[in-house]
Amino acid sequence: MRPGHPLDDLLRTDRIPSIWCPGCGIGTAFSSCLTAIKESKIDPKKIVMVSGIGCSGRAAGYVKLDSFHTTHGRAIPFATGLKLARPDLTVIVFSGDGDLFAIGGNHFIHAARRNVDITVICVNNFNYGMTGGQAAATTPTMAKTPTTPFGNPETPFNLPLMAYASGAVYVARWTILHSRDITESINESLAKTGFSFVEVLSPCPVNYGRRNKEKPLDTLKIYKDKTIIKNGAHPTQADLDYEKGIILGKFIDINRPTFGERYEKICRQDKPQ
Amino acid sequence: MKFWRVPLDADEIHVSKGIVYILEDRCKGCGYCIEFCPQQVLEFSSLFNKMGYHLPSVKKPDDCLNCHYCEIICPEFAIYSVEVTGEESEIRGQGSEKHNETGS
Ligand code: SF4
Ligand code: SF4
Repeated sequence: MRPGHPLDDLLRTDRIPSIWCPGCGIGTAFSSCLTAIKESKIDPKKIVMVSGIGCSGRAAGYVKLDSFHTTHGRAIPFATGLKLARPDLTVIVFSGDGDLFAIGGNHFIHAARRNVDITVICVNNFNYGMTGGQAAATTPTMAKTPTTPFGNPETPFNLPLMAYASGAVYVARWTILHSRDITESINESLAKTGFSFVEVLSPCPVNYGRRNKEKPLDTLKIYKDKTIIKNGAHPTQADLDYEKGIILGKFIDINRPTFGERYEKICRQDKPQ
Repeated sequence: MKFWRVPLDADEIHVSKGIVYILEDRCKGCGYCIEFCPQQVLEFSSLFNKMGYHLPSVKKPDDCLNCHYCEIICPEFAIYSVEVTGEESEIRGQGSEKHNETGS
């Protein structure tokens, strides 16, 4: 008898195939995340996945766990509330760069500052894929999109640096080619107490790749040739510059008190009258 | 497997073997599994699935080492490998048969 796919028990298989385009990397990042959930041995009833709007946001609808597909940019505030009300749950935010860093950018920095005990996985495909590929806060300089036909004049965010500077206790970046490393980083994040951030660089062949003359396999070859793994590198080196090479690895793994712990101690103690 | 230098403990090392299964109805024909299999086990077949995507097929079933890389790079949960143990090795090569979705 033929066995089923090893991740089928974590998938709403009736919704698969996904809406993701052929060659889109979100599925690989999602699959690495499910593998990490499986390996973590955490009771699936105690894990919740929250996502926002965008192609990556669809993940919450494909996972067979308690999950919530929030309004645009609001995955992190929803997750923060969830974690404060139910500290026994492991809360994962799985969303895209547009949702987490453009419309939801403020929520990201403040959740990291407070050190809310959640794991945030950002699939970064450098553009607003779902709405037609417009330039986003993560689009590399000179990249072509429908809103930057002459090339993007802006500088993209360095997401690991932003996470670190805002206060995240765990920061890593990989590409979808490094699926085993993504799984390992997510596993470490799930075990970590505090705000953990994993960025996954991923091709968007239809909206980003096509306009920048990259077929899906070309993008993966760029990931192979132009990335350098440097665990422990300072996030200031992690800017998205293909000329000098894109730094991947686990950058930050530190400890500091979480928002939940402090809130419990400072605001909920039985104070003498 | 080709070695640049045969390791001294080559006889003691257990080299695993795998069977690759392809769930044809899920595949979107991106070719990542074909391109990145370290053993070049897969190739594009001449077949298309019902959504019109060009499917991979198993070209060299005996070369699969059950490394699972095709499984973890596939964005569509459409391919996976399973370790072959002694008696199962005869059923090798049946990997590209159509998957029966019932019960999954
Ligand atoms: S398990 Fe590894 S060796 Fe076997 S087909 Fe997949 S990628 Fe190739
Ligand atoms: S990686 Fe998955 S979706 Fe892509 S061709 Fe292989 S089996 Fe099909």
